[in-house]
Amino acid sequence: MTQTNEVLLSVRNLSVSFTTEDGEVNAVSNVSYDVRRGQTLAIVGESGSGKSVSSLAIMGLLSGKSAHVSGEVEFDGQQLVGADPEDVRKLRGSRIAMIFQDPLSALHPYYKIGDQLIEAVQVHNKVSDADARKRAAEMLDRVGIPSVEQRLDEYPHQLSGGMRQRVMIAMALINDPELLIADEPTTALDVTVQAQILDLLRDLQKEFGTAIVLITHDLGVVADLADDVMVMYGGSAVEQAPVREIFYQPQMPYTWGLLASIPQVHVDSTRLDPIPGNPPSLINMPTGCVFAPRCTYKNQVPNNLCATTKPDLETTSSGHSARCHLTAAQRDAIRLEKNIGRSN
Amino acid sequence: MSESTPILRVRDLQKYFPINSRGFSRRHIGDVKAVDGISLEVMPGETLGLVGESGCGKSTAGRAMLRLLEPTGGEIEFAGHDVMRMKKRDLVPLRREMQMIFQDPYSSLNPRQTIGSIIGAPFDIQGVKPEGGVQKTVQELMERVGLNPEHFNRYPSEFSGGQRQRIGIARAIALKPKLIVCDEPVSALDVSIQAQVLNLLEDIQDEFGIAYVFVAHDLSVVRHISDRVAVMYLGKIMESAPRELLYTAPVHPYTHALLSAVPIADPDRERARERIILTGDLPSPSNPPAGCVFNTRCWKAQDRCFSEAPVLREISAGHKVACHFPETGGLNAAAMTAPATGSDFSEN
Repeated sequence: MTQTNEVLLSVRNLSVSFTTEDGEVNAVSNVSYDVRRGQTLAIVGESGSGKSVSSLAIMGLLSGKSAHVSGEVEFDGQQLVGADPEDVRKLRGSRIAMIFQDPLSALHPYYKIGDQLIEAVQVHNKVSDADARKRAAEMLDRVGIPSVEQRLDEYPHQLSGGMRQRVMIAMALINDPELLIADEPTTALDVTVQAQILDLLRDLQKEFGTAIVLITHDLGVVADLADDVMVMYGGSAVEQAPVREIFYQPQMPYTWGLLASIPQVHVDSTRLDPIPGNPPSLINMPTGCVFAPRCTYKNQVPNNLCATTKPDLETTSSGHSARCHLTAAQRDAIRLEKNIGRSN
Repeated sequence: MSESTPILRVRDLQKYFPINSRGFSRRHIGDVKAVDGISLEVMPGETLGLVGESGCGKSTAGRAMLRLLEPTGGEIEFAGHDVMRMKKRDLVPLRREMQMIFQDPYSSLNPRQTIGSIIGAPFDIQGVKPEGGVQKTVQELMERVGLNPEHFNRYPSEFSGGQRQRIGIARAIALKPKLIVCDEPVSALDVSIQAQVLNLLEDIQDEFGIAYVFVAHDLSVVRHISDRVAVMYLGKIMESAPRELLYTAPVHPYTHALLSAVPIADPDRERARERIILTGDLPSPSNPPAGCVFNTRCWKAQDRCFSEAPVLREISAGHKVACHFPETGGLNAAAMTAPATGSDFSEN
């Protein structure tokens, strides 16, 4: 950790809900986290856990009538929730940038790569076309795209998936943002191309000191890139910790379940230990712990507490917090018995 | 590998998709060689993993084996039948024995049919009258795959992705087949649900002795479920071996690169290991490179690799490789000789 410890993005009690015909959908409830300059926070969760929605809210991309955003999002001292949309727009693409899972739908199919990159520069800076084009070429070169001048005049469909994702990254970083939100940046890519892109993100972070919020479901990608991890389930943050803590000293039964569900490429696994049941509906949230309906250990907690009371996010050790009614001794015993995590 | 006679034997299987010129004449000007001469065997009750990146032809191969896609050439022998020479009509009874599970649980189930009629369809098509009636059998199947048997009158839209995949599995096992081709059966599912479905597939295999051809891009899932694994690249098999051998002592440079690219969910291990970063993308299967198809991305390629295509040959019991210069020293040796990250993108 060579970077400064200065907090760049501070999110407090962020909640997002949508009004739908079926009722109020609570996509994100009371999520708080910090992102430090030059560091990577991974937000992990399955579909519907609220991991993408929380970042769209930060970017001010949920201003529609049906979305209700509350809480505080402070970016370098500036409050973003409730701010003038024009102020937030000025940040977007300049100081905060985002890359999406599917670069084909995020790039405009009718415009040349070069024109899209040039626009990204000129929206935020008063520079000539020639200078903007030069900057676009530099950036494409930096993300490893060959024969840059030719590529600038091509359309997105003429590039492969990996190349398009490189263009997205070039576009996101073209104004040298301080914060990059990467929403499943490698999920649509083949594994050899994924390795190229992850390497690229790591190098660029080192070079430019960009803070990254990495949204993913892939624990391998988390292990590769993250400094800190937030595990989300049913719209809540259920565990937050530095990356080694999450993998080696996980405290929350949902995190245990995730780790036990994935086959690993470097060992012969025998039998997987999946989490029973299905994720909750965000319309009828359980009253107690969001994970209680699927939790194997809820009977170890007296008085049916897991079904009736939502556990607070409690600090279990320095920088590590989890939402669970189990006592520390119970958790240690279970981890030992089930061989979860790793002593180190 | 309980018996010595394979249930499925495929020799030199080819599937070409013709490319025609535009305009009136529609002349045949080339082929996309999706599957270009693959040979493999599947033993009764075993799982053969067919792994590769998108566009390598693994799904096409899976379908061509069942003649769901008409192969361009090759031999297919299934349970003693010469599948390639059979008339379409004669194939129908054989389909009882060979089934398929599809990737997308949303598009592979008819939204206007109830679950009961979807799972019961194989009985109608094959004219099979199960003991105790179709409905009772369907409900038993639903129970077996972990669905509530009382839901047989519901429609697919009322089920989640994982539950739909269970419906697809129930349909595939309805007639007690000997072989199921599973085409990316868990890749559309969340990890916690994926593990449930993998366990179900394993249980069903143990119970009914079904052989699987498990087509997938996820190397961890393939390692978990397979007995033997074949790695495909651009329509060809690059390497095939029993699972442990392929994952611990691969010899083809592509297998090395592929395995080293998978991030490991263990931060210390992940950050300490050596990685081979392949440069560039997959070449187009309509215009594959001459010689070895991997030569545009291979760091060991020499003159011979550009002129002569390597054949798949056996280098030790059950371990086959198509490479002129296979690795010998295990995973780390490859990482040492691999170049650092390059930016030489010759293909796009």
